[in-house]
Amino acid sequence: MPSAALATPSVAVLKRVARSHNLTDETYRRIVKTLGRAPTLTEVGMFGVSWSEHCAYSSSKPYLQQFPTRGPRILVPAGKENAGVVDIGGGWAVVFKCESHNHPSAVEPVQGAATGVGGIIRDIFTMGARPIALLDSLRFGPLGEPRSRFLLEGVVKGIADYGNAVGVPTVGGEITFDAAYRDNPLVNVMCIGLVPVRRIARAAAGGVGNPVLYVGSSTGRDGLGGASFASRELAEGRDADRPAVQIGDPFTEKCLIEATLEALATGDVIGIQDMGAAGLACSTSETAARGGVGIEIDVARVPRRAEGMTPYEVMLSESQERMLLIVKRGREERVKRLFAKWGLAAVEIGRVTRDGLMRVRDGPAVAAEIPASALTDEAPVYHRPVRRPAWLSRAQRLPLARVPLPKDYARVLTTLLGSPTIADKSPVFEQYDHMVQTNTVVLPGRADAAVLRLRSGRRPERSRGAAVLRLRGLGRWLAATTDGNGRACFLDPYEGGKLAVAEAARNLVCVGARPLAVTDCLNFGSPQDPAVMWQFKACVRGIAEACRAFKTPVTGGNVSFYNEGPRGAVDPTPVIGMIGLIESGMGPMTANFKDEGDAVILLGETREELGGSEYLAVIHRRKAGRPPRVDLAGELALQQLMLTLAAQGLLKSAHDCSEGGLAVALAEGCLMEPSRLIGATVSLQPPAGARRPIRTDALLFGESAGRIVISCARYHVERIEHLAARHKVAMAVAGRVGGVHLCIDSWIDAPVDELSEAWRSGLRQALGVRR
Amino acid sequence: MKAKICITLKAGLLDAQGKTIKQALESLGFQGVQGVRVGKYLEIELNHGSVGATRKDVERMCQKLLANPIVETYRIDLGS
Amino acid sequence: MKFGVVVFPGSNCDQDCLDVLRDVLGQPAVPLWHQETSLKGCDAVVLPGGFSYGDYLRTGAIARFSPIMRSVARLAKDGGLVLGVCNGFQILLEAGLLPGAMLRNTGLRFICRFVTLRVERADTPFTNRFQPGQVIRLPIAHNEGRYTADAKTLKAIRDHVVFRYCDEDGRVTDAANPNGSAGALAGLTNERGNVLGMMPHPERASDSALGSSDGRLVFESMLEAMVHA
Repeated sequence: MPSAALATPSVAVLKRVARSHNLTDETYRRIVKTLGRAPTLTEVGMFGVSWSEHCAYSSSKPYLQQFPTRGPRILVPAGKENAGVVDIGGGWAVVFKCESHNHPSAVEPVQGAATGVGGIIRDIFTMGARPIALLDSLRFGPLGEPRSRFLLEGVVKGIADYGNAVGVPTVGGEITFDAAYRDNPLVNVMCIGLVPVRRIARAAAGGVGNPVLYVGSSTGRDGLGGASFASRELAEGRDADRPAVQIGDPFTEKCLIEATLEALATGDVIGIQDMGAAGLACSTSETAARGGVGIEIDVARVPRRAEGMTPYEVMLSESQERMLLIVKRGREERVKRLFAKWGLAAVEIGRVTRDGLMRVRDGPAVAAEIPASALTDEAPVYHRPVRRPAWLSRAQRLPLARVPLPKDYARVLTTLLGSPTIADKSPVFEQYDHMVQTNTVVLPGRADAAVLRLRSGRRPERSRGAAVLRLRGLGRWLAATTDGNGRACFLDPYEGGKLAVAEAARNLVCVGARPLAVTDCLNFGSPQDPAVMWQFKACVRGIAEACRAFKTPVTGGNVSFYNEGPRGAVDPTPVIGMIGLIESGMGPMTANFKDEGDAVILLGETREELGGSEYLAVIHRRKAGRPPRVDLAGELALQQLMLTLAAQGLLKSAHDCSEGGLAVALAEGCLMEPSRLIGATVSLQPPAGARRPIRTDALLFGESAGRIVISCARYHVERIEHLAARHKVAMAVAGRVGGVHLCIDSWIDAPVDELSEAWRSGLRQALGVRR
Repeated sequence: MKAKICITLKAGLLDAQGKTIKQALESLGFQGVQGVRVGKYLEIELNHGSVGATRKDVERMCQKLLANPIVETYRIDLGS
Repeated sequence: MKFGVVVFPGSNCDQDCLDVLRDVLGQPAVPLWHQETSLKGCDAVVLPGGFSYGDYLRTGAIARFSPIMRSVARLAKDGGLVLGVCNGFQILLEAGLLPGAMLRNTGLRFICRFVTLRVERADTPFTNRFQPGQVIRLPIAHNEGRYTADAKTLKAIRDHVVFRYCDEDGRVTDAANPNGSAGALAGLTNERGNVLGMMPHPERASDSALGSSDGRLVFESMLEAMVHA
């Protein structure tokens, strides 16, 4: 029972604090029932953050259960630990997860993005894995608007400042621009780590009497929102300076990575958890609940950087670069020395108890005493109302007769290539260290997915928990990508969800990688809006179906609701992070055409699908129609064909056909490698006797799913035809590589260097970056 | 006692940050901006006896660690 | 020959250097913790890239006071080879083992990409495997690589510039200078020639799988120089 002195606020005050945490009066009553008494202020705060939408998935839980989570390679399924774990053979596993940091980035883009990077990296190395790569999926408003440029530049700087210093390469991702994100940008960061299977760490407490260590930076009032403000005002009647923005410290994080991996390698650590959102409150109760034990801590022992902090504030602070460790009794000094070597504080703040209670002391007084499982498992689940948006049918109408055919297709192509969503992203990528750790074998922007060589470990170095070295004979590469198409989801969330997964898988097979598993960030508006919940429901169904069809289980991720501004919600934007493995000795494929005379082949079928295309948006300023249909069986056949072609070493290049359609995919094949610009002559005319002619703009710029542009030596064409027929994938030999122009039928004849200039200068000009 | 230290790039060196800020000020319509220098500001709490000894110590701190004499100059203010 | 790679808190290219020295060069290489004073019998030392102490005061400013740096200075004085890459170069400047200082890139942005360099001196212990005037490709990755020094120093070091940023044809032009470095300087030795600081990362280009193996010649040159010393 908490000490009387700390339980003084009146019920009215407590309810106000509860409401500031978005807990309804009904939920408040539930807390009283759970505890069998009125809660203390600290307890209200702990319930508030633990039962928040962010921590408890209150609105999304009923739908997320549709995701397939198991598979032969899945070592730790979704939800069990901080991130999913996938077996990649040879005694090694990949740990990966994607997380959003949208709201902090909207407030303060540099620190918002930086702390997003820091947080996701901690999720990975707390599993015992060395972080080996980062990818960022970003969405902003149109670059013509100063605020969009400010946000983009800030976010990129934040990612660069943090990721570069911490020594984890940023190897890929995507950036898309649309008016839907002008008030609320999306910043989703995915981190990948590598761990020996036998050294996967757990986020569970265990062993009654074992000490609980607090490690890393000190605790301040960072990230305490309005709830804290209210609580202070009411509890103490005085104001304080409360930095609502968390500040990242990549130097401390780098030391934390090294010290933690060293500590985990000693075997002295039983459980470990990052203090992420909701800090000590969630990390202590989650580790306790997972281990089926209790934890007692004393907030008076927590290192602080602000004076006069209340237990409420210490428990809820979101100060960065902090970890919670449960270590074997008797080994605490050894662990502390190890952290001290890296200049990090490690303080014993409590111990594991038998009673299953999360007990928070402040010196002799007890500030909170809650069954740990009540915080983690008994959060309310909301079955929110769901309703198809009234505007959707109208948005889906796209009478093509009223969309005029362009007069100059070459000019349309140049415009599309220079539009920020399609244009070369190297002005951004060059600000990220994408080479540190020397595993990045395909530079960003040169292929459809990022590719890392995998080097297996040897005896851990003194300075590194999991030193890596190449297994020369193994010939294995890890590929990763992030994909999502908000416009498609806006027009049809179910198809859009499928499309995101299908495109991610297509990107992986384009480098020759077999898709293994998925992490997702689901970015939506307010769950209290039935239209948003309808989008969410449909989108999750689409993702789940596609993941099941491709046998790529979902290993974790996060849901971000309330992405809204004064002008409404963002487009529903699921971001799919997918990893794959290249196991054949041929190595990764890139997207650019290689040699004069090679055949250019189109795999898949082009339909008259212009709905939701980049072409419609950029050229005709329309966001309408139905997005391309995804045929999951067809996609799977295409994937399998690609893996066969890659394994047999038949291909010289492969490039997925997405934003901007075939014309853009072909142009990118010509110009992607700056030192080797090369032309191509192709015909997209359907063979005589084809069912129904397709509008030329749909042929060139439509975004039908399930298509890949490949190139190969001419003498392989027959073999590829044979394999395509066997996999029942439509195939057309469209032309050949060569010359210095891209020629597409009679519609387009453009010098490749001009196309290249348009593509390379698009984003640079919009941002004013000097080469 | 509190030492307040301002460290700036030496005159004559291109201060790229300063230049960028000057351009930004001009583009916002502020006229007559002749130059902008960007620097670091440090506050150091000390408990030394005399002002003279403190100043001498802070000087040494600047020379040894806080400033790089090749490219930076510094100014020290002592106050309470 | 035994190599040592110094590990400062915040170093992040230490393992990459160790990998190249061991796996590509086939030489014994050990990490040297910054708090130690012994070089463990190493014949040559590499100060790796990264963000020692977060670069929070100035790049390299705090790392130079690490205990190991006294031993590194002694090795340099005795004629041993010391290579500083990126942050390692910045530390060598702060430590006074090389003249001059680094400022922020003129573009005020971190730059990570391949650049072309002209080898100005092929007669140093770090470049004896190159041809004079050879144009090579190495990646850079830094925020503060704009070398500067007073006019007298710039004149004095003229013959010690080992690498300059250049275009693909070997011409030193403003357009080919990524960070505004004085004289397009990318790599500099001391007068004696046994200490080299360079902003580009040779360890990131020591394996053709990573797009270039030009950097490997820097390490092979060191080996060559030591074997024949």
